[in-house]
Formats: sequence, structure tokens, C-alpha cells
Amino acid sequence: MNHTAEAVRPVVRTAPVLRFFRPGLRPSELLEREAVFSWLMLTPPLLFLVAFLGYPFFYGVYLSFFQRQVAGQAHFVGLGNFVTLWGDPIFWKAAGNTVKFTVAATLLKMTGGLGMALAMNQNFRLKALTRALLLLPFIVPTVLSTVAWQWILDPGMGLINRLLIVSGLVTTGPSWLGNPTLAMVSIILVNTWRGLPFFGISILSGLQTVPADLHESATIDGAGAWARFRHITLPLLLPVIFIVTTFSVIFTFFDFQLVYVLTGGGPANATHLMATYAYSLSMNSGQMGLGSAAALSMVPVLGLVLVVLALYVRKD
Amino acid sequence: MVGELTWQKRLFGLWLPLAALAVFALFPFAWMAVTSLKTNAELYDPTAMPLVVRHPSLVHYISLLKETNFVLWVGNTMFVALISTAFSLVMGIMLAYPLARMRFPGAGLLAIAVAVTYLVPQTLLFVPMADLINRLDLGNTLSAVILTYPTLLVPFCAWLLMGYFKTVPKELEEAALIDGASRWRAMTRVILPLCMPGFISAGIFAFTLSQNEFLYALLFLNRSNIRTVPVGVTGELIRGDAFYWGQLMAGALLGSIPVALIYSFFVKYYVAGLTAGSVKG
Repeated sequence: MNHTAEAVRPVVRTAPVLRFFRPGLRPSELLEREAVFSWLMLTPPLLFLVAFLGYPFFYGVYLSFFQRQVAGQAHFVGLGNFVTLWGDPIFWKAAGNTVKFTVAATLLKMTGGLGMALAMNQNFRLKALTRALLLLPFIVPTVLSTVAWQWILDPGMGLINRLLIVSGLVTTGPSWLGNPTLAMVSIILVNTWRGLPFFGISILSGLQTVPADLHESATIDGAGAWARFRHITLPLLLPVIFIVTTFSVIFTFFDFQLVYVLTGGGPANATHLMATYAYSLSMNSGQMGLGSAAALSMVPVLGLVLVVLALYVRKD
Repeated sequence: MVGELTWQKRLFGLWLPLAALAVFALFPFAWMAVTSLKTNAELYDPTAMPLVVRHPSLVHYISLLKETNFVLWVGNTMFVALISTAFSLVMGIMLAYPLARMRFPGAGLLAIAVAVTYLVPQTLLFVPMADLINRLDLGNTLSAVILTYPTLLVPFCAWLLMGYFKTVPKELEEAALIDGASRWRAMTRVILPLCMPGFISAGIFAFTLSQNEFLYALLFLNRSNIRTVPVGVTGELIRGDAFYWGQLMAGALLGSIPVALIYSFFVKYYVAGLTAGSVKG
């Protein structure tokens, strides 16, 4: 097939440089060239991105080699900041927490989202309204819903402990955000609450592309509901689940606001994530270089996820 | 639908899971509303039923509106979100149009670069960004966030619109060019008007993202009268260790309503953006 396509295509072409500098070309004609038109359009946004994304990124790399207080002189320390972090138990605690948080919350969101999508992929009345309502946790500003969760989890008068006491299960409820283990459970729970609809709606859109006749013919061949799910629905959904999960892993791994508001990394650093610890180092302790280094320590993870994503997209 | 649908199947396969999901998704909002309507006496009464309001009262709303800068915060949030969304949409179109519809050397590489910038999290950038904003002497101005929010939004808009622009057949543009239109006219008169739904999707999404933004606002907006809702609510309604839950929940609810309202008008576009942004890749 390819050979015929190649053969049909016109072979004679002027060298691009020659076409470009053809004498007597008016500016308006120049603008009709795809490359000229494209680069004119691209330049302003690219300049913006280079100035406000590219420059800060590389400046951050530069900063990580310096010991620098907010207002003080900078001293070059080479890899000193990374060495300091390597010996810092709180950094390792934060790194471990980040991994636990990401894995647990992603698994919960994935299974919950799959369940939501399967339930939503049926015909029922007020479907559009239901979908809109179920997405609310994802669109409401995270900080505001997290403050509500802080109040739900309040040890004294919060909803969960009040319900536990009213129903007679306990006499005094646990301190959800004051106990290290429960605080980790809490941040995972709130992240799941917020992110589950994203998985649900995305997987639902994938489900809607599964052809109905595949299910019909499988049913005629005697396949049960589970067999149809396992052998038809799930394989067709895997690409969607893969992409959504990759995205979610990135955004969960680098989550800041939820933990900053709910626990502030406490109690006693038990729920610090890399992002909140980097913030606390640079903004609370004023060590910009060390904070930069802590933030950059997350780059390998991002790189790894991006490579996996790229390999996957290329495979398609 | 395949197979017999008995009512048991309907109950366990549809209504119960949906009800459980709805309760899980929505009870925090109910709890916000209930709390904000109770007086402090009722709110902190250990014998009162938590989910029932006996004496509804607007005291928390009144004190929120009168004693804090809440109204100003809502205005700031809207202002910043509108400007950064508009800016990001224009920049996003300028990036996405050539990358999706033109052939030129380096296009493929640039498209990948845009995708990567979308995935670079703010967490990696905030330390140097704080330094940059300080050196530009923009600390404590709304310009600081208006300039930094688009760093999150432009790559997103560009990526979403690239997918959208690719769906418009190339023949349309070619026909316009053959009829004597310039590239610019073919773009502005033929292609862009067809892509309105894509712009609405990207715009709604960018708008909710800017309403949601917290880290840059926290870093750059330290004066009360220039704060956005998220930093205002967490920064000023929580005073030291004292939580004014009634006021906090009133603020959280009122702060969520503008986003929820705009979202409810454009749910279709929002969902289209959500699934296109992640699924089409």
C-alpha cells in the first residue's frame, strides 16, 4: 500500500530554501506560507511559556544548588541541599507518605470511578442531572470543600463523630486529624471524594463507545454479565482507564492544597507530602534553595510517568 | 438493553449504587448548608441532632458579608478568573491552531512540548515563581496571579483545542484558500467559528481551574483586600486555632455557588472538555 502512495505523490520539489527566498515575494504572500504563518502565531504564546514556565523551572534547578535564605546572600553549595535532604528523616517520611497517598487514593478512585461509570451507563430518568450532581465534588474549589471536610472530621462536634456518638457506637469519637494513621486515612478519603467523579465521568465516556452489538452477540452465545464485563467491556476500557490513571497519579502525587488545608502536614509531620514539605521548607523556614531541591526531587517520578505515557501512546 | 430487567436487578444494579454515590458526593454540601444556618448556641450544643436545623438563622451570612472582605474576595476571584481565562484562551488558540492544522518543521516536537508543560505541576515551580514575582515587584497585586494562572491554563487550553481543531476537515480551509481567501481569513471566518463548542469547553474548564487555584494566591496575595475566596476563607476565617465554623461554612457555600452555577449552565461543555482533555490525549 505504502509503495503506491509514494509513487503517486509528485516527486519534483523545489528546495525549501529556494522557495522561501524567491525574489519579489510580497509580505502578504509570505504570510501564506504555512511555516511563516505558524511561527507568527506561535511566537507570542511560546514567549509567554518560556518566560513564565521555562525560566522558573530552570531557575528552580539553579536555586537548588544554593543555600539561600529569603532575603540573604546566596552561597553555592553544589549538591549540598540534596545531601541535606538525603539525611533528613522528615523528607523520607514525606516521600513515603506521598507514595502511600498516591497509590491508595488512585486505587480507590479507579475502582469507585469504574463502579460509578457502570451504574451511570444505564438508562434512567434524570440521568443528566445525576451526572451533573455527581461531578460537583470535582468542580467546587478544593480548598472550600476541604474546609468542610475539616469540619466533618472535627473530633468534638464534627459530623462523623456526632453520628458515631448518636448511634451509640462510641462514647468519644476518634481524633481523625490528630492521630497519625487516621490523618493519613483522612487525606486519602478526601482526595478520593474529590477525584472519584473525574474517573467516573471519563470512564463513562469510554463505556459509551463500547458497541452494543458486541454485548448482544456475546449474550446470544451464552456469556453471563461477568464474562461480558471481563472479556468485552474491560479490554475496551483499558486505554481510557490507563490515561485517566496516569493523569490522576500526576495530580495526586503533586497534591498540595488538600493536605495544606486539612492537616498542614501534621500531626508531627505525619501527613506531610513532598509538596507540603517543600512549601514548609521554603516558605516557613525561608530556605529557598532547600525547598527548591525538595520540589525537584519529585522530577524523576514525573519523568518516569511521562515516559510510561509516551511509550503507551506510541504503542497505539 | 440486553436481558430481562427485573426490579431486583434495577435496585441492586442501579438505584442502590447511585444512591450511595450521591450521598457520598453530596453530604459535605448538605453539612455546609446545615452548619451555616445554625446559631452558635445550636451548633455547639452536644445534645442537638447534627443534621437538623431547629432555629434557622442567617447570622453567619450577615457577619460574613459585613465583618469580612468576603464580597471583595468574590469580586477578585471573578476578575482574576475572567482575565486569565480570556488570555489563556487566546494564547491557547494561537498555539493549538498551527500545531493541529499546519505542516512545518518542528510541529511534532512542539506538540509534545506543550503536552509536557500541561503535566508539569505547580509544585515544581512555586519556589522560583515566588522569587520571580518578587523581583518583578508584583507581590500583593492581582497582576501576580493574573500572570501566573495562565502558566497552568495555556497548556491545558492548547492541548484541548489541538484535539478539537483536528476534528475540523482540512478541506474546508483548502476550499476557502482556493476561493481566494488568505490564511488569516480562512482561519477567522471559516475554521474558528466552527470551533465555538471547543472554546466554550476550554473556557469553562479554565474558569473553574482558576477559581480553584490556591498555591499562587496563597504565595502572592497577603493583603486582605486583594485576596481570592480560597485564601481569604482559609486565611481570615480561621484565626489562629479558633475555627468559626458557621462563618466558614457560609463562606465555603457562598464561594462555591458561582462556580456551581456557571458549571450548571455549561455541564455539557464541561464534560466534553474533561473527557477530551484526558481521554483524547
